[in-house]
Amino acid sequence: MKVPADWYLILALILFILGGVGLLIRRNVLVMFMCVELMLNAVDLTFVTFARTLNDLGGQAAVFFVLVVAAAEVVVGLGIIVAIFRRRAEATADDVHILKG
Amino acid sequence: MAFAHLLAAVRVLAYDGAHNPHAEHLSVGADWAVFLVGAGMILAGAFGVILLRNPVHCALFLVITLFGIALEFINETADFLAAVQIIVYAGAIVILFLFVIMFLGVDRKERIAAEPFKGQRPLAFALGLAVLILMLVLTGVTTWTTGAHSLSGALIQGPGPNSGHEGDVARLGQTIYTRFLLPFEMTAALLVIAIVAAVVLARTRHRVAGELSEDEQAAVAQGRPLTGGSQAAAAGGNGPAAGTARPADAEVRR
Repeated sequence: MKVPADWYLILALILFILGGVGLLIRRNVLVMFMCVELMLNAVDLTFVTFARTLNDLGGQAAVFFVLVVAAAEVVVGLGIIVAIFRRRAEATADDVHILKG
Repeated sequence: MAFAHLLAAVRVLAYDGAHNPHAEHLSVGADWAVFLVGAGMILAGAFGVILLRNPVHCALFLVITLFGIALEFINETADFLAAVQIIVYAGAIVILFLFVIMFLGVDRKERIAAEPFKGQRPLAFALGLAVLILMLVLTGVTTWTTGAHSLSGALIQGPGPNSGHEGDVARLGQTIYTRFLLPFEMTAALLVIAIVAAVVLARTRHRVAGELSEDEQAAVAQGRPLTGGSQAAAAGGNGPAAGTARPADAEVRR
């Protein structure tokens, strides 16, 4: 017998909340980005769990697209972070207001 | 529903499996073992990411979490996604993170105790706890299935030549290239846009060889000779390409 889906959902829930709390309490933009990755992975886990539970390939296809979008998002986000760091020696999330031109 | 499973598992863990009605859980320990190992990796990695001060350590703990997620994918018959998870995340995204961390300097440590907004941190914990409780309650009271028909095909084929999940990759690919063809093409466009955006963001404005700085152009316009001091200042202020503003070109233009 397989592990019931509820366990995976609860695990994904805990991971999502850890990522969200980390996003709120950390100030380093790089670490905040990693917390966003945690939340994305939690949602991936949920998708795969429902794909198995409902016997539906759509969940796995959605995870595929989430992976691609996450890669693109990381590239652009890290580019922005590098651009901020070039202007200022210390980059925390409070410094993003310098982006307003 | 979730609480019932939780209680059952606690009972299974608490008593010897020989004489209790949940012994069938123990006979299929492999799934549970993989699940528990993966869950431990995921949670340890997540706590490491949100609690450690050094960003390099955070990135390494993120790798642990991603491997745990890949383990759970394998446990849920998503073999292809597990491989892609490791290749894309651990192989590309975390490397990109580490690259940027190294590029910007590894010795930046965050002052975690400093709190920019008063009360933000307790509020964050309270919010997390509230969401946790809310979702657990929702898990307990709702049913997940709606009865709607799947649009993208069955994950596991019924009895037939392709039964079991050995055709996992082939069927996933077929779904992506037929049912999800338009989103697939859009992700291709998204990747191109992301590459262009990264190049634009990371680019610095260098002067081309022979181009003069504004000071030098003003000097040329007023007929003043280009002094070595302004050249050095231009080279120091505007990057290596500034050094290629050769005096010979200034002479020619004059």
